[in-house]
Amino acid sequence: MAAEEGQQHPIKLYVLIWVLLFVFSGFSYATDFMDAGYLRWFLILLFMMLKAGFIVAIFMHLMWERYALIYALLLPPLALLVLVAMMAWESDYTWLTRIVFFGAEPYPDPCPPVTHGLPEGCEPPPGLTPPATSH
Amino acid sequence: MASATGGHAAIIQDWSSDITVFKGVPWGKAMMWIFLLSDTFIFTCFLTGYMTVRMTSAEPWPSPSEVFALEAFGYPVPLLLIAIMTMILITSSGTMAMAVNMGYQRRKKAAIWLILVTALFGASFVGMQVFEWSKLILEEGIRPWYNSMGAPQFGAVFFMVTGFHGLHVSAGVVYLIIIAILIHKGRYDNTNFEIVEILGLYWHFVDLVWVFIFAFFYLW
Repeated sequence: MAAEEGQQHPIKLYVLIWVLLFVFSGFSYATDFMDAGYLRWFLILLFMMLKAGFIVAIFMHLMWERYALIYALLLPPLALLVLVAMMAWESDYTWLTRIVFFGAEPYPDPCPPVTHGLPEGCEPPPGLTPPATSH
Repeated sequence: MASATGGHAAIIQDWSSDITVFKGVPWGKAMMWIFLLSDTFIFTCFLTGYMTVRMTSAEPWPSPSEVFALEAFGYPVPLLLIAIMTMILITSSGTMAMAVNMGYQRRKKAAIWLILVTALFGASFVGMQVFEWSKLILEEGIRPWYNSMGAPQFGAVFFMVTGFHGLHVSAGVVYLIIIAILIHKGRYDNTNFEIVEILGLYWHFVDLVWVFIFAFFYLW
């Protein structure tokens, strides 16, 4: 479709995507009640990517644009993935340095990290909440 | 010494003589996309910084699910306000998409009202963020350099990332209102109302950024 005539698409489609965004946001929120772990992280990322995809492809009309524009917008952010990978790689080293050379207490502590409530026999540390999941 | 061929007057001519790369895409829309691409880099750098700070922290990271819990019906409900804010932003994205559609159908009145409804949802989002911030600052004593629950960087990341996003929403509300007024005044009557689509691109992007903040900052 020629974009010069404007991006005209049936309202039905918008409403469908709108409803789907609500549903997937609900699913995202529901993951907060799961225990931390790979399944939870996977689901957070899955629902995030689905929602982002719907918004960009349908609401922002990117799927009906020409490839010249689509690639100009989607390829440069790949450089950001490289940045994320490099920073993640470096982070473990920084964390270890803090433990080994600066005397920081390694974490997780003897009480395993939990999202909701502490297991029996674990005292909450001073402060408002028990320690959260990390790493 | 001969002067440069064509002289200074040729600068504009030369720069404007190129062929169009994004065929069929209005100039303003292409520029909005380029701007949003640069904004993507800004927000991703913020989130990458957050990831680095959290991964390198030897102290426990405060649990967002508990920090942002609100009391409802006598129970603490995790992320209650954040969930409501998410729904409001999605609703505003829906009304914005409708406004774009109405614009291309040349139904000016409907487009203007839908844009104003979008602005209203946006403003209520910012209002809830003000409530959230003041609760954290005044009641829980969270500062960019300190909090009583663990890693001090928590506050710095929170205020920077949500603050920058809130700024985008606020600017978006202003942008929405300005365009609504201009449409009402008839500034775009001779166009096919692609301005509404350009406006929509910005607004959907704000919603898009929130999807990532919600996942990485609040849920992770």
